[in-house]
This record gives sequence, structure tokens and C-alpha cells, in this order.
Amino acid sequence: MSRHTLSVLVENKPGVLTRVAGLFARRAFNIHSLAVGPTEHDEISRITVVVDVEENPLEHVTKQLNKLVNVIKIVELEPEASVQRELLLVKVRAELAVRSHVLEVVELFRAHVVDVVPDAVTIEATGSPGKLDALLNALEPFGIREIVQSGTVAIGRGSRSITDRALERVSRSA
Amino acid sequence: MVQGPNPAAPTGAASGVHEATQVARPARGVTPADVVRPAGAAPVVTNASDVPAQGKEMTGAEAIVRSLEQAGTDVVFGIPGGAILPTYDPLMDSKSLRHILVRHEQGAGHAASGYAYTSGKVGVCMATSGPGATNLVTPIADANMDSVPMVAITGQVGASMIGTDAFQEADIVGITLPITKHNFLVTDPAEIPTVIAQAFHIARTGRPGPVLVDIAKSAMQSTTTFRWPSSIDLPGYHPVTKPHAKQIREAARLLATARRPVLYVGGGAIRSGASAELRRLVDLSGAPAVTTLMARGALPDSHPQNLGMPGMHGTVPAVAALQKADLIVALGARFDDRVTGKLSSFAPHATVVHADIDPAEIGKNRRADVPIVGDLREVISDLLPELEREHAQHGRPDLEGWWRQIDDWRETFPLGYTDPEDGHLAPQHVIQRLGELAGPEAVYVAGVGQHQMWAAQFIRYERPNAWLNSGGLGTMGYSVPAAMGAKVGDPGRTVWAIDGDGCFQMTNQELATCAINEIPIKVAVVNNSSLGMVRQWQTLFYESRYSNTDLHTGHGTRRIPDFVKLADAYGCVGLRCESAADVDATIKRAMEIDDQPVVVDFTVSRDAMVWPMVAAGVSNDEIQYARGISPAWEREE
Repeated sequence: MSRHTLSVLVENKPGVLTRVAGLFARRAFNIHSLAVGPTEHDEISRITVVVDVEENPLEHVTKQLNKLVNVIKIVELEPEASVQRELLLVKVRAELAVRSHVLEVVELFRAHVVDVVPDAVTIEATGSPGKLDALLNALEPFGIREIVQSGTVAIGRGSRSITDRALERVSRSA
Repeated sequence: MVQGPNPAAPTGAASGVHEATQVARPARGVTPADVVRPAGAAPVVTNASDVPAQGKEMTGAEAIVRSLEQAGTDVVFGIPGGAILPTYDPLMDSKSLRHILVRHEQGAGHAASGYAYTSGKVGVCMATSGPGATNLVTPIADANMDSVPMVAITGQVGASMIGTDAFQEADIVGITLPITKHNFLVTDPAEIPTVIAQAFHIARTGRPGPVLVDIAKSAMQSTTTFRWPSSIDLPGYHPVTKPHAKQIREAARLLATARRPVLYVGGGAIRSGASAELRRLVDLSGAPAVTTLMARGALPDSHPQNLGMPGMHGTVPAVAALQKADLIVALGARFDDRVTGKLSSFAPHATVVHADIDPAEIGKNRRADVPIVGDLREVISDLLPELEREHAQHGRPDLEGWWRQIDDWRETFPLGYTDPEDGHLAPQHVIQRLGELAGPEAVYVAGVGQHQMWAAQFIRYERPNAWLNSGGLGTMGYSVPAAMGAKVGDPGRTVWAIDGDGCFQMTNQELATCAINEIPIKVAVVNNSSLGMVRQWQTLFYESRYSNTDLHTGHGTRRIPDFVKLADAYGCVGLRCESAADVDATIKRAMEIDDQPVVVDFTVSRDAMVWPMVAAGVSNDEIQYARGISPAWEREE
């Protein structure tokens, strides 16, 4: 079992996420994280999906995804050839006595405090899943009250754009 | 309400309409040339001047009817109901659409499938929202498994009521998501022509399949300007039809050098209309061919290199040839579990060339050494000259030893059956005589079970699309409505539904549709008074404990129902045959009647079993020729 990050370019239409997620469910693949958002083209959305699967079923599910009429392109992003980030918001107990220690951790991880009340702070951090895990470990002793975390978003390193290439492919076939 | 089978299409000249230049991104569209399917399918998109309704104001309901006409539809199978009602009004006035009112939506779906087979067109069915739509689920799933081009139009509750659990509301788009090639929900009447054009394009191109278009009643009732698209804009849909030259060369090289090759021909050969090309490949290669349940007739059974059907109830030569092959060339086949048996022991020595239009099939079950993605007709057309070149360079392969081996199997293990001991008819005899008397030009449509297997085994198929059955989904009840659709799609042919007494009771209400609409199909009920295939498994694997398989329809039972009386009640001719001496005469009598549907009740032995058989989940090497008799395989060389 290994972890794979897929970038799926889809038509920006209602119901497309259901089609994609349904395919994973039907093959009993566990989606580790999922992020959906717009791209530089209005008509295209980008789904970043992180799954734990063997190599062979991954190829199969990729082929099945490609069969979905609303799916334009699928790219697997290798960790070493891409930048992968998650966003974390975490609410930590921070009474006056320990607040400076909490802020030290925030500083250390280049995170930000986005909300403060007398007994707690809310911290925003972005980074690789590993970095965010480390941050959470460091905050643990102070008392974590609530965590919300986004799915991974990922982009290939270098100047090439997978959306441009997808659109080129589409117009060539016309 | 008798209608002519194929009314002429209206020849309305183009009225002075606006240019059809509503394409947002013309560079990304698909040109009509890309849309053409081999089986004589007309392109979906046309010039604006050929669209009589272009630019006219109309209701969404009328736009549905005009769109269906524009997509080349002749026949719609359906039933009206609340949410589709607005569409049935303009449908009544259509000069080119023949609507056939079925008795159950499942019948409409299977009829659309049967129609697609014999007409070469996209089958169309129509139903209302909620239960109407959910009744289409089975035939849609069936068409999806067997790659049948179909468009299903369903009414949906008004747009503002969607999601409120309104009367007769069902999320049919959600329900059919995993069993359609694609589906659409339309709430904006302006989208109707584009979506229907796309639906037909998707259904018939690439690997064909069912497409559902769910249209809100409010969209049918609003007014819109009809705009038939001049191109199909589907940025994520580009089926590959042209195979890769390098892969073709590699396949040719392997086929020219293999010592024990087998051509494993699947339903793709029928769907792509590749029979002529396949025949040339079989002749040129000299290799044996096996034709799967979905491919019966793709290569004539009279061809000496056709070993018949492989798989669970395949012939010993077909099963053995695959097991012992050193090369399998899979042509539009998908290594289904009923063909491979226990996958890990399937064809252990074979290199695999796998050609299919659907990339997701390649390597799904069995690893392909040479994957080829493309339309099978193009694949074989490209393969032929490459194979000739190989032969010219290296000579023809010596297959003499292989054929000696195969002929030995054929001689030792021909298809056959023993007469039952209970004095009842042998079902195999009935089906075999039916095939011999009706001949290769007839169309045979089976249900699912023992009779289906016997019909696949004992009828000689000489041409594609003469054999229809529910292969992938195994839908009992397929036969009668699919036969009805097949007869409508090709009224000139004799259409025999070969059904079981279990299957027949699932959908026989469509006899009413057949009788009223003058669709004279013939139904042979191979009546063993039980759910025969299940009973066979109970005999073999459950110590003959016959749990819930007795149907009481046969000889010596109360005959509930009596199929002859039932036929009569439906305005059909009912015949019964109970002795071997009457089989031919009864079939001939049924063949003489061509102005009414005929139902023949053949009361056959319930102890007859389908042989050969590979039990589920075991290796094909353990095929049993008859109960307890397995071929003794030669030692591996």
C-alpha cells in the first residue's frame, strides 16, 4: 500500500465530484484527502485526491476516472517533483502563563495567530503534511481544542502547466 | 393504433432560420467525421440548414421531440406519466417518431436494447419520474454491462421541487451514476437539444453504452429557442479509435510466430461491425478462434476454425485451446470471470495481446503483454497487412501440431446431450431443431439460465446480431421485450425469443404490446417447470435439495400459469408441444403464423443439465464434459 497524489482536471459542472468520489468508493479505495477548487480557466476545476492504493489498482482507477465524460485529465504528482501543501487551523489553550510558549511554537513553524481570546489562540499554518504533524505535536502539551485541516493541494515543479497541456490536447483533437 | 413500421422522415426544407453559430469554443468541438460509427450510424450533428426547427420558439417538451428526430430516432419505447406528460403531447404529432406503448418500463429498456442490435441505431426509451425511472434501472444496467447504445429519457419533477421528496421524485441521475456511460440532469430548456445531441454521441461512439437524460417537467413546460448544436463539445470525451502502429506490429509479430495461438473474440467484434475483417484475420492467421457468449455469430459457426464458445459452459476445444495456448489475441473481449474461471490458472502459458476500445478493460483482469486501444475494425484492418508482411518475411507459422491437438479434442468432446430418462422432451433437442428450422437469417433472443446456454451452444450462428442475450448482467426477463425491440428494428426477420418458464414470467406482459402493435415475435418457452439453472446448481452443489426452484408450470403440475391460455389472453397464438415427435411440426406451425405473436410451451425435462461445465471459482483445467467426466489432459510438453 502506498500513498499517491492525483490531480484531476474536471469540467466545472454540478455533480462531477460525486462521479469522481463514487468511482473511488465503488472500488473500495480509501480517499485520504480531497481538495477541490477553481483553476485559471473558468470551465475547469481541479480535484487533488490523495489515496492509499497498490500500483496496479491505481492504474485501473485512473483509467476508470479517465472514462468519466467530465474528467479532462489526470496527472499523478510524485512528491519529489511537486509542491504539496495543506492548510491547518488549530485552536489551542493559551492562558496568560503559557501564551508566550505557544507563540514561540507559532514563530518556529512560521505559522500565524488569526484569533485571540483570553484563554485560547487560533493558529493558521500551511505546509506539507509532515510539517503540520510536527506543529500539532509541538502544540499538543498546551491542549488542542479543535482542529480543521484542508485536503492536500499539489502542483508540479517547473514552468509547465498541466491545465494548458490539457487544453492543448482538447483543441488538437477538434 | 396500428402504425407503419418505418414511416418516412419528414422532408421539411430549412426555413429562413438564424445561423447555428452558437458555439462558444468552436476550436474544441468535434467534427461530424469524428462522430460516425461504423454500423451505418448517421452523425449526430448537422448543418443548421438541415435542421428544420432551428431557431424556432417552442416548449422544452417540443424541443425534446425535435431533438430526438434530429438525432435520427425512429422508434421510442415508453410509458407516459406525470412528469413526462408534457413531452407526450408533441410526441403525438411527430411524423417521424413511432412511440410504442409498453406495459412496464423494464420492457421499454430491453426493447430499446433489442432495437439497437437489429437496427444498428441507438435504442431510445422514455419513462416518467420516480417509479417510471427506477423501473428502467435494470435494463440500463444491462445495457451498460453489454455495451449497448441506448438513450433513456426520463421526466423529473419541476426544478423548484427537486430535492424536496416531491410526489414521484427519485434522484435517477444519482441512482444510475454507476450504471450509465454518462447521464445528465436538465433544468434549463435551452440545454435540451445540446444535451440530447451529446447523449446520442456518447451512447454510440467509443465503447457504446446507455446514457440517461433526466429532464425537469418545468423545463418541458417553459419556452425556449430551439438550437441544435453544430458540433459536439465534450472536452473530456475523446475515445481512441485508431490503434498504435507499434503495438499492431508487435501483435502481428507474435501472431506470426506463435505455435499455439488462439483468437479470443468478444462482443466488441459485434459492436464495431468487424465481422468481415475478423473473418479475414482468421483465414490469414490460420489460428483457431473462440467466440464468447457476446460474440456468437461474429465469426460463422460453420467456419472450420471456430471452436465455439469458451467459458463456464463453453466447448471443451474452446476452453482447452485457451488453457494450452502460447498466445491469446483478445479482440473486444474482457476476460470475464465466466470465461477465465479461476483467474490465476487461466491460460498459464499464454502471452496476451489485448485489443479493446476501452483502455480500462486492458489489464483489468489479466495482464496484457501487448495492449492495443482502438476500434476493433480498425485494429484488425491494420493488423492484416502487418501480418501479411510478417508471413512474407518469415513464412507462415507451422500450426499443424496445434490443429492436430485441437481436432483431437473436437473429435473426442463434441457438444452433445443425452435424452432425459423421464420421457419429457430434451430441451437441447427443442432448441437445436428451432435453430435448424428457423435458420441463420432469423434472430434469436434468449433469457438467462439453462435455455440461454443451450441456445448459445446448439444454435449455429452465421452472422452478427442474430444472437441477443443478457451476458454481463444476466437479466432474467430480457428475452420477450428485447425480442420485441429486435423485431421492430428489423421487421423483415423472424425473431424467436427463447425463454425459460422463470424468465418468461418476469416480463411476459409485453406480449400485449406485441399483439396490439403488430409485432409478431415468436416465443419458445423452454418449460422445465423450475428455475432450471439454479436447480442444476442445487443438484450439483447442494445435494439435490431443491429450495424454492419449483415453478409449477410444467407437465403434471397445476400449470400456474398455463402458458397457452396466457398467450390466448394476450391475443397471441398459444401452442404446446410435449413429445419429440411433435417438435418439428410445432415449430413449423409457429413459423407459419406471421400476423400474430406466437407462444410455444415446450414442456421439457427438468433433469436436463448444461454441459460442459466449469464450476464457479475453479480452474478451467477442471472442465467437466458431462457430470463426473473430465478430459485427461496430456502432459505439458
